[in-house]
Amino acid sequence: MSSKMQSSNNIAQARRTVQQLRLEANIERIKVSKASADLMHYCSEHAKYDPLLMGIPASENPFKDKKPCTIL
Amino acid sequence: MGEMEQMKKEAEALKTQIEAARKAACDTDMASAASGVAPAPRVQLKTRRTLKGHLAKIYAMHWSTDNKLMVSASQDGKLLIWDSHSGNKVNAVPLKSSWVMTCAYAPSGNLVASGGLDNMCTVYNLKTPVIKTVKELDAHTGYLSCARFLSDTEILTSSGDTTCALWDLETGKQKTVFLNHVGDCMCLALSPDMNSFVSGACDSLAKLWDIRDGQCKQTFQGHTSDINAISFYPSGNAIITGSDDCTCKMYDLRADQEVIGYQDAALNSGVTSLALSVSGRLVFAGYDDFNCNIWDSLKGEKVGVLSGHDNRVSCTGVPVDGMCVCTGSWDSFLKIWN
Repeated sequence: MSSKMQSSNNIAQARRTVQQLRLEANIERIKVSKASADLMHYCSEHAKYDPLLMGIPASENPFKDKKPCTIL
Repeated sequence: MGEMEQMKKEAEALKTQIEAARKAACDTDMASAASGVAPAPRVQLKTRRTLKGHLAKIYAMHWSTDNKLMVSASQDGKLLIWDSHSGNKVNAVPLKSSWVMTCAYAPSGNLVASGGLDNMCTVYNLKTPVIKTVKELDAHTGYLSCARFLSDTEILTSSGDTTCALWDLETGKQKTVFLNHVGDCMCLALSPDMNSFVSGACDSLAKLWDIRDGQCKQTFQGHTSDINAISFYPSGNAIITGSDDCTCKMYDLRADQEVIGYQDAALNSGVTSLALSVSGRLVFAGYDDFNCNIWDSLKGEKVGVLSGHDNRVSCTGVPVDGMCVCTGSWDSFLKIWN
């Protein structure tokens, strides 16, 4: 690649980087306190539906081993 | 001043602007905010099933949306479809290339996909009388690290060629290529609303993408090594990442920054995989040290550990109904815990 092509590739890359940074700089941000509160709220609302958190009664556990049968 | 110099200056100024905006939004951190929340109970899960059948390292697993079937991929050159309730193998799909790194189950249950060092994503129909290859998606110039179906007609892939791509499964062609990472893309996760996805890469960055317009919307930094695992928090407002730097992090999308980290001085193994319980409260993270640690996502404390594998935990997954967690390992076994 000629050095002219290389430097114009570098400029194109730099332009893309600046364009991307502009996009990312311009987003609206909420405060971490609000973000945390919303995440905590979601967790607490859904905790009762979380089997791994609440525990699973043996009768409702599809993975609970069935008692072995003995053939008499 | 040359254009190059000018742009370097502008890039630096924008980075400073972003850092300042993040700092301004950073009025607390998640652990402090959650200090009043009751601690998660000590989580002690038992192994309910050990699925034996693969003959080599397992690299990936994915649950079907029916909460019963799952697919696993091993470098023994096979995909196995398991009935997790009975522990039986339902199907075996021989792979053209044994160097598999990922597998995926379509939400419909009709299709599965695999890919790896062959740089391709191969899609199989499970519902034909004999399992058939329906498409070979061939355009990436690097290994396929992860694949996720949006539907029976669209699939997202991430690749060692630093790109992610959205494919049309009817034409077999890439509809959109997502360009911005400067390191191998290692993982991806779809947002609950399916409008966006996040990717993690060897450039230690996580990026949020709009699926339809192909744009990178946000970039999350903080990790100091490859990001191997990524997941959305179930509300869709946060993501969790796992890295070779031995930590996991939660980034909030609307605050545009890290809000909590999951790390322990005693832990010096990389994170390979992660999965969340349905409320998002528990993070199951698989590590190179053969364990899967369970973290309280809000408080950042370790609340349990899944020990039982004899080699690296390479993949973890929680089904949609949240009734268990599955771990897959280089020891060739999958374990189901609850």
